[in-house]
Amino acid sequence: MKLLTHNMLTSHVKGVTKGYPLLIKATEVKVNEVEFNPQFVSRMIPKLEWSALVQAAEELGHRQDLPGELVADYETNEEFLKKVHRILLEVEVLEGCLQCPESGREFPISRGIPNMLLNEDEA
Amino acid sequence: MATSSVRSCRQYLLHLAQDNLDFRLPEIKALLALRGKPFIPDEKFKEKSPFWCLDGLSEEDIRSIMARSVCAKSAFELWGHGQTHSELRASLLSYQSENMSPFMHKDSTYRINIYTFNKTLEFTDRIKRIDALDYLPFEGTVNLKSPQHIFCLLEDYGTDPNNIPEHPNSVYFGRWLADGQRELIHSHSVKNRHFIGNTSMDAGLSFIMANHAKVKENDLVFDPFVGTGSLLVACSHFGAYVCGTDIDYNTIHGRGRSSRKNQKWRGPDENIKANLRQYGTEKTFLDVMVSDSSKSVWREAALFDAIITDPPYGIRESTRRTGSHKDITKPPDESHIPVSQAYHLSDIFTDLLNFSAHHLVMGGRLVYWLPVYRPEYCEEMVPLNPCFQLISNCEQTLSSHTSRRLITMEKIKEPEELDSLTHLADPRFSPYQGHNAFREKYFSGLNKRRGKEDNKLDFNDVSC
Repeated sequence: MKLLTHNMLTSHVKGVTKGYPLLIKATEVKVNEVEFNPQFVSRMIPKLEWSALVQAAEELGHRQDLPGELVADYETNEEFLKKVHRILLEVEVLEGCLQCPESGREFPISRGIPNMLLNEDEA
Repeated sequence: MATSSVRSCRQYLLHLAQDNLDFRLPEIKALLALRGKPFIPDEKFKEKSPFWCLDGLSEEDIRSIMARSVCAKSAFELWGHGQTHSELRASLLSYQSENMSPFMHKDSTYRINIYTFNKTLEFTDRIKRIDALDYLPFEGTVNLKSPQHIFCLLEDYGTDPNNIPEHPNSVYFGRWLADGQRELIHSHSVKNRHFIGNTSMDAGLSFIMANHAKVKENDLVFDPFVGTGSLLVACSHFGAYVCGTDIDYNTIHGRGRSSRKNQKWRGPDENIKANLRQYGTEKTFLDVMVSDSSKSVWREAALFDAIITDPPYGIRESTRRTGSHKDITKPPDESHIPVSQAYHLSDIFTDLLNFSAHHLVMGGRLVYWLPVYRPEYCEEMVPLNPCFQLISNCEQTLSSHTSRRLITMEKIKEPEELDSLTHLADPRFSPYQGHNAFREKYFSGLNKRRGKEDNKLDFNDVSC
């Protein structure tokens, strides 16, 4: 699971109102090399909840020097875009789980794939 | 007067393949919309014809369409046309010579192709036709192998193979510009794909769907019933970044029984990511997840540029959703699929439209297949939503009593709180009525026909 995806996911456990962002408890994280595409990164930045991204990067110990606030004029700031690219697309959670911050319910991640299915009684 | 006097704007000729006829116009229109250009056919336009003459476009527009279209075979800069060869000649002689000369000067090389639709010509007749074009100011040398310029004389002998006229209905002459992407139908054929399932979408249709959805480079595309990822393969080919979900754990993980005839179990390289890797678009693979589409896991925001999907019809893969059934106790385990309720077909589409209204960008498109029981179908059955404008509705017949329709909707308005309930109040927005029993109707039709016909109803057989 990449952090771009994680940034868009929320807990859908019945009755939960503050289910975002999901906490990440990773047991295996991998950093892949993915071709840098500045246009794609620029397009995705407005869709992101920036603080949730920083929090997720911290949880995985991969924050490095990602700033706490979004930089102005990021479209032309290649150095910044490369940092965002790395955290959005290159850092991947292979094993672990996502946890609803309100209910504590855990959604397992295995082979990089989150399983978001709820059980009968939670749906 | 058969032909116009000196024309000031360029005309272009598209030569289209004669399959998926219903799907062609929406495809070309969508590709033109990506360029911000309208579709302006000439006054003789016939949608079912293989030849379309277009006005109001530039050569760049045409090249862009051909870089994406799977319905169009070739495109030409149209120099002349008419209903007879003498009309063609008059038309060509009125085409400004300064528009011809860059491609005909003495240091250039060229060849002339003859193409006849719905008729086969003898070799000698082809030569005769090339010779008859000697009134054109060709100054270069003929090079059949690798000419700088290719010209084409095209003749249309109508669309009835049982009634081929002696003379063509229309003739065209133009400079070849580009071929379409029909090669993708073969290069991306499901037959050679690493990972397939029972419902993997045929390659041609996958690319047509990506075009109907106006997918473009650097888009974010989502498929909520992703299966083996056929639609993601097509979208990633056009440069979009892709993600998907499916309720079936084994399909998402690439495990379980193989859909191939001689293979029992799936191998280690059989999963959606591997499919993208096979075609060199792995970098645009975002994620796939196991998830129930009736219970959205996405935060409330306009996340996706396009949503493209083939929801289950309840025939070869079942429709399911999680829900409670009392008295079921099962130990939790990794691949446990929670007890499923039957997911009524009409609910799938209402949920899909509602989900798309909330998660598509403004102007973004939803493209999906709607299974239809033909004896009861009427246009009012196509689900509507106040946030969407219906762009196209293209039928692919599957059998005498079933078909599926490719529906394209474009988001025109942000959802307000009551929009998701509009379908209950307004009959125009009624959900997909009477089709909840599509599965039963499909099978009851089969039973009635057994003994009369022996053809097997297999979705794979009807793909092109």
